[in-house]
Parts: sequence; C-alpha cells; structure tokens
Amino acid sequence: MTEKNNLIAGATGDWEVVLGLEVHAQVTSNSKLFSGSSTEFGAEPNSQVSLVDAAMPGMLPVINWKCVEQAVRTGLGLKAQINCYSVFDRKNYFYPDLPQGYQISQFKDPIVGEGKIEIDLEDGEVKVIGIERLHLEQDAGKSLHDQHPNLSFVDLNRSGVALMEIVSHPDMRSSAQAQAYVKKLRTILRYLGTCDGNMEQGSLRADVNVSVRKPGDPLGTRCEIKNVNSIRFIGQAIEYEARRQIAVIEDGGVIEQQTRLFDPKTGETRSMRSKEEAHDYRYFPDPDLVPLTFEQSWVDNLAKDLPELPDDKKRRFMSDYNLSSYDAGVLVSEAESANFFENVARGRDAKMAANMVIGSVFAGLNKSGLTLAQSPVTAEQVGALVDLIADQTVSTRIAKDIFDLMFDEGPDQGKDPALIVEEKGLRQVTDTGEIEAVVDAVIAENPDKVEQAKAKPKMAGWFVGQVMQKSGGKANPQAVNAMVLEKLGIEEIE
Amino acid sequence: MSDLIKLSLSDARQALRDKEITAVELTQAHITHMEASRQLNAVVLETPERALEMAKASDQRIQNGTAGILEGLPIGVKDLFCTKDVRTTACSNILGDFTPPYESTVTQQLWDAGAVMLGKLNNDEFAMGSSNETSRFGPVINPWRAKDSDDNLVPGGSSGGSSSAVSAHIGVAATATDTGGSIRQPAAFTGTVGIKPTYGRCSRWGIVAFASSLDQAGPITRNVRDAAIMTGAMAGHDVKDTTSIDIPVPDYEAALTGDIRGLKIGIPKEYRVDGMPREIEDLWQQGMDWLKDAGAEIVDVSLPHTQYALPAYYIIAPAEASSNLARYDGVRYGNRVITDGDITSMYEATRAAGFGDEVKRRVMIGTYVLSAGYYDAYYMKALKVRRLIADDFTQAFKSCDVLLTPTTPSAAFPLGQNQDDPLTMYLNDVFTVTANLAGLPAMSLPTGLDARGLPLSLQLIGPAFGEEIILKTAHVIEGAAQFTAQPHKWWM
Repeated sequence: MTEKNNLIAGATGDWEVVLGLEVHAQVTSNSKLFSGSSTEFGAEPNSQVSLVDAAMPGMLPVINWKCVEQAVRTGLGLKAQINCYSVFDRKNYFYPDLPQGYQISQFKDPIVGEGKIEIDLEDGEVKVIGIERLHLEQDAGKSLHDQHPNLSFVDLNRSGVALMEIVSHPDMRSSAQAQAYVKKLRTILRYLGTCDGNMEQGSLRADVNVSVRKPGDPLGTRCEIKNVNSIRFIGQAIEYEARRQIAVIEDGGVIEQQTRLFDPKTGETRSMRSKEEAHDYRYFPDPDLVPLTFEQSWVDNLAKDLPELPDDKKRRFMSDYNLSSYDAGVLVSEAESANFFENVARGRDAKMAANMVIGSVFAGLNKSGLTLAQSPVTAEQVGALVDLIADQTVSTRIAKDIFDLMFDEGPDQGKDPALIVEEKGLRQVTDTGEIEAVVDAVIAENPDKVEQAKAKPKMAGWFVGQVMQKSGGKANPQAVNAMVLEKLGIEEIE
Repeated sequence: MSDLIKLSLSDARQALRDKEITAVELTQAHITHMEASRQLNAVVLETPERALEMAKASDQRIQNGTAGILEGLPIGVKDLFCTKDVRTTACSNILGDFTPPYESTVTQQLWDAGAVMLGKLNNDEFAMGSSNETSRFGPVINPWRAKDSDDNLVPGGSSGGSSSAVSAHIGVAATATDTGGSIRQPAAFTGTVGIKPTYGRCSRWGIVAFASSLDQAGPITRNVRDAAIMTGAMAGHDVKDTTSIDIPVPDYEAALTGDIRGLKIGIPKEYRVDGMPREIEDLWQQGMDWLKDAGAEIVDVSLPHTQYALPAYYIIAPAEASSNLARYDGVRYGNRVITDGDITSMYEATRAAGFGDEVKRRVMIGTYVLSAGYYDAYYMKALKVRRLIADDFTQAFKSCDVLLTPTTPSAAFPLGQNQDDPLTMYLNDVFTVTANLAGLPAMSLPTGLDARGLPLSLQLIGPAFGEEIILKTAHVIEGAAQFTAQPHKWWM
C-alpha cells in the first residue's frame, strides 16, 4: 500500500522508495562460531586466531552452541519461525581476509524463518516490518592497507566471529522507517543480550536495498548499499540513493542492479560492482559439518527464559503505570532505562517518576553526554526526590533545582535530596497564613490587574506566578492557586 | 635383505613383546631398507633420526611394561596427514615446505600407541589420481613387475607410496586415505591389504582434505590381522571432527575367529562389467567357493544404481575439492608467486604454478558443476544418485551380511599408460567409489596372480560400522587363498 506522506516529489510526479535491509549483527559470545578463539574487540592484530580461523590444511570447524542459542533467542525475540533443522553452506569467493576461500553461512535452510518487528512511526502509528529470515555465518578478517607503502596486511582476529544476518522484507517506505527499524532491531538485540549493537565497532552494520517506483507500479530495480555503519549514514545513504535513482529514471535512463558503497565524507553512494561483475558464490552444503538440529523442547526452554521485550514492556508500562505511548516508548528504548524507571516508580506515583526520569535524568545525561551507567544520580536518589514532591515537601519546580544540584559536579552531587532541602531551606511553604499574606500583598499592589482578572479569569495565573516568585518558589502552587481564585472571587478557570 | 624386514606387523609385535628383538633393531633394519629402496620413490621425506628416537623410547616402554598396542612398529605416513614439525605437502607444489605446527588425530593416536614414524609417503597430488603419477615428487614405482618384463608399473593411487612401501617391506604398515578407492585400488595393485573404514570411523582432523564427505583414513598392511590392528589404532571419535561418530571401537583382532558359518555373502550382479578380464571373473568365483566351503551362503543381490556411481562421484568429489582447495591461495602458507599486478594476479600465478594438471582439471570441473545454472543439473542430481546408491546398499544388506566384489577391473598397468586419458584412468575406481558414496566400510585383499604374475584382489563391502564382519570374512579368504607371492627385489 502506498504511504502518501512518504512520497518523494520528482520532475515527473511522485515517487515511492522501497527499502529492505540486511543487518549483520555480531553474536555476543566469548568464542567464535566454529573455533575456540576469543572474540574480544580491540586485541593486537592476529592474536585471536586459531588454526581453524587461519584455514590451515586439514582443519575442521566445530559449531559453538552458544552462538546457536543466541540465534534461536534472537529468532524468538523477532517472533519468528525457529527451524530445528538447518544447514551450513559454503559461500565461495577469493579474498585475502577470507582464509578458507569460502564463508560458512546458511543459504537454503536458515536457522530462523519468517518473523516481524513493530516500529513506531512519527505520527504515532505502529508499522509491522516483516523479517524474511535470520541465519548464522562467519565474519571475515580485515585487510589493512595503511601499514606499508606497497604491501597490504591482514588481521584475522575477526575471521570466524559469529554473525547473524537478519534480512527484512522490502517493507519500508522512507529513510525514517529504515532508521526506526534498525533502532528497534538494535533495542531488541540488546534486550536479549545477543548483540551489543555497537555500530562504531562494527558489531552491527546494514546493507540497504533501495529501489524506487511510481506509486502502484511493480518493484523497481534495486541497488544494494553495502556495510553502512551508523543510523545517521543509513538515512543519508537512502536519501541520496533514492534521489539518484529518480534522477536517472527521469533523465530517461534505467537503473542497473548494482552493489554500491556509501561515502560518509561526501554523503554519496558510488558503484562498487555491477551485476555482471557479481560473484557466483557456488553455495553448497558444507561437508565438514552435519546439519544443525535441536529439539523443540530446547527452543521452548529458551523461550521461557527470554527477558521481557520492548513491545511487551511498553504495553505493560502503558497499562500498569498509565503512561502515554510516547513516554513508555522513550523509557523502554533501552532495557537499562526501563529498569531505572521501574526502580524510581516502585511504590511511587508513576507519572511523577516518568516525568523525573525523562525530563530530568535523561535530559541531564543527554546534555552532559553520559550514559545511564555513568549517571551521577541513582534511581534510589531520584526516587527520594519524587517522594519529596509527593509529600509536598518541595514543589516540582524546586525539585528541578535540587536535581540539578544532585546531578552537576559540586558538593551536592549524588547527595540525598532531603539533606539538600534542609541545608538550603527549600522546604515548601504550606502554612496558609504565610501564603495569604503574600497573596494579599500582591493583590494590593496591583489593583488594575485585579480588574482585568475579574473580566478575564485566566489572568489569575499571573497572580499565582507573582506569589510564587515572591516566595522564592517555596509556596505550594496548589495552595497559592486556590487562594488567589478565592481572593479574586473567581469560581474556576475553564 | 635383513630378516627383520620380512616380519609382518603382528609378527614383529610378537617378537618385540617376547624381547627377541628391540624396536631400535627393527627400526634400523627398516631404515636401511628404506634407503636401499629409493628407486621406488615411495618415500618423499625420510625421518630416520626421528624414527630411531621413537624406537629408543619404545624400547624403554617395552622394558618398563608400558608398551602400547603398536609399540616399536615402524610405519610410513601418507603425506596427506599433517605431522607436527615434519614437512607435509600433500605432494603438491603449492604447499612448498609447509611444516604443520600440529599433528593429525589419526597419526597422534598411532604415536600414542607406540608406532615409529619412518617418513612421509608419496601420493597423488591432493590424493587426486589412481596411479600415483600426479605427485610433485614424481611417480611411485610398483615393486611388482610382470613376468619377463622390466616395465615399471604403477602402484595404484592415490595412496601409491603407501602401497608400494608396504609391498616392498619398507614399513610394516602405512597410513593411507580413501576418497574413491585410494586405499583399496593401490592395495590391489601391489598385493597388499587395505581397508577403508566407515565414514566417520576415523577422524579427518589434520588430514589435508580432498573431498570432505568421502575422505576416510585407513591402513595398508601385508595381511588381514595387521589391518585389524592398525584400524583399531586409527579409529575413534574426535570432538574436533563433528562428522566422526561417537561409538566405541571394537577389538577388531578379536573378530578374526575364522568362523563365518551361516554368513550370507551378497554378490552384486551389476559388478559384472563388460570387458572385465576372465581372470578376475574366475578369481571372484573362486572367492565365492572358498566362502561357501567355509560355511557361508552365497546370495545374489542387486545394486541397480551402480552404473551411475562413477559419474556422480566425479561430480561430488571435484565439487568439494574445488572449495577445499580454495585455501591454497599463497596468502598464509606454502608457495606464493609474486607478480607486478594486484591480489587477483597473485592468486592466479600462485595457483597456476602450484597445482598440477589433474588438480586443475578437478578444480575446474568442481567449479563448473557448482556454478549458477549448472548446479541442479549436475551437483544436485549427483546428490540424488548418491542417495539412491546408499539406498541400494541398505536394500542389499537386508538379504546379506557382506558383499564380495573384485577390487579393480584390471591388474596394475604400466607407468604413463593412462596419463593422457583421464576417463580411462577414472574407470579404475568403478568398483570402489560406491562404498565412499554410501559411507560404508570396504577392504581389498590379494587372492591370486594373473597370467603375467601380477596380483589381483577381491573387495568386501560391509554395512556401516561393519568393519568386524569384513575383517572376519577377509581373514577366512586369506586363509583359503594362501597368497604368499612376493615381488622379486629387482630394485635392490
């Protein structure tokens, strides 16, 4: 179905962009897919290479069941078909960083079949993106061309590390949707602990298939943009590529099926190889490995132990905590932030907790470029602050100031908020006599405004603001509001 | 010729146990004989110092009562087995002086059992050949010659160094590998005994791969008992080879009871091929008669898809080989040819110089049959044929316990005869490839000589993990055949 608001205007009319993604996600495991070598990032070149990884003569792959388990758990997280029988195939091609001369992958019979991911659109709607398959395969090594003027070097540390290739259906219609898809996929992988989702280190990278068509037309010829390694680049690459294709067609040209590369420096894509230059990978079942089989009961057990996933958590937050879809969505985007929120919200007013976590904690972290793990305030301290609002010790506004003291570098960083209140005398004034005196004073000083407010009851807010200011923000805003209305003789503000 | 080298593996074992001889004496005798037999070109790397060191250690273990089952027995190792710190080349130029920092599981088991390594044995390059003429080290010569002839004959292939060495008494036994007949056909050409165990019986770890789904290690020996002892030492599950099977290794020697009464011997009619020499037909009939005399029952069986085995084999094996040999690219080990061009030109020059014609032929065939547009017509179809052939055997073993066939359609042929005719060369494997395609154990043993005085052999094929039954049956045939002929030592 054409999504009208996502069309790109061209010289000859509107165009629809059709996107499918192949995401390569490095499996979180201590050792490689078929060898015992370590998978740790950043080690000395060629320090994590076994005889198998280097494809020495006579070496044989042995499957690492931890990686199989991670692939199955990911499949379960994608609500996908789990195949208890799958086959490893060899994908044959020559490259210096591919020691075997073939990559062990899965072609005809992948470990995971059809699944789906829900993404949140900007208009608040939810769109389901189909997952075609997930299969396990080996990563290649790395060629280093910058070490020597006329020699290239090869680092095989990554050679043989397990990857999950997660292939979507061509269900996305805008770069924003593609970005939302990758973000959501990354969130799910992180919840499951099956991939750290670290795009800078290459743990997660995407091949983006882009084609364009006039709405209602059959699919256009696609180009594949290889190895895009950030969400921002995915957006840029798609925008550039879609417009390039539209321009080619509108100039009377045809799109050639191609593999293209995205250059982050120019923001452009360029041809890497055409269909004619495409490899014939000569896939065939790897005779060194027996088919991968396991019992459904094993899968059922893994399913039982799966953590709560973001969509379920979001629904629970909306129903149990009465949060808006937006707030719940923000809170569940990382398992850690959802946990943080729940620790704050436990036994407290959830809306207040959500406001404090999103409005103060996340905003503060964002501003200072910190992660939640690096947060200077704990969930317990934030909770204590929420308690001070709830029992009317401080107003919401004062609470914000207290939070800043707790968050920013200084003697109050990470301090118990109750102590700050005592030391700084920030306790909210709830004594009606004290408040009444201030209200009377403000009314007496502004007779003209009193007249205006009587004609236009919304003006009462101005008096409330004046009173709050005079009390240094310590007066209880509800009490001030009630008293101002009473003194001005206004029934209520509609 | 020293008497010590006349000893079979089991006789030498007895003499060592009885302390009539020492391992050092036995090993020295074989080293001397190995050096005197260089004309056969069976050994591509002699390791006499290592052999004597190992023998000394063996004598010590024999003295202190910790001898293994192969203690002090000098053997040769096919150059396809990676041997730690000993050059391993698969007899291909592309591996250069590659010296593995690791030991294959099978050879490790042999050393653990006390065996002594004499050296590395010649073979067809990457085990691709039926005459041992494709080795980078040149052809191996068969110790056997036809009556009144000085023509050099081939020892069979690909384990031609193993068969020649055992036949010429260079070692008491040798390791070998069999992908389409590479143990059994050379054994047949040299009057020796060879067994290819069930696929998965021996670990493939550390053996240079030719066609992974077909390759299987096994021994070449001078009699059936020796084959049983060697097979027992080579077999076993290996966690490093997930295609190896985790079932206990029986005492194969104990299976040699001589009692085959009531055993049903299947005779597959499809193995009676056109143009098969009369002598082989007679030999086959003779084998049936011996078994009948021993109380076995002869039954006719049919393996209807046999005629498709050879074409299927020559699709599947090259397909796997084309991929298995991709790692020999000059990047990490072995020979590299530097060019002025890019990485692709380095690959091309390295592989052009490193591989011989037969290897190139099979890599090209394999690449072709796996290519887009040809995969279904060739590779897929060959896999279907393979399934049908396996089913044929399953069916046949419902009415018999073991199959008896000739090993080869002819005796050993002269060097160079079939070199320019790959198709005729491939026909050598016609009776042997079926067992590889079905993954079944099979063995060859000599039972007579042809009119020219050259050895001829029969083959026994058993059901999966039926090594005991084929050894037991072979033992009975051996006893009846009394094959005692020896090549005259013309090369000494």
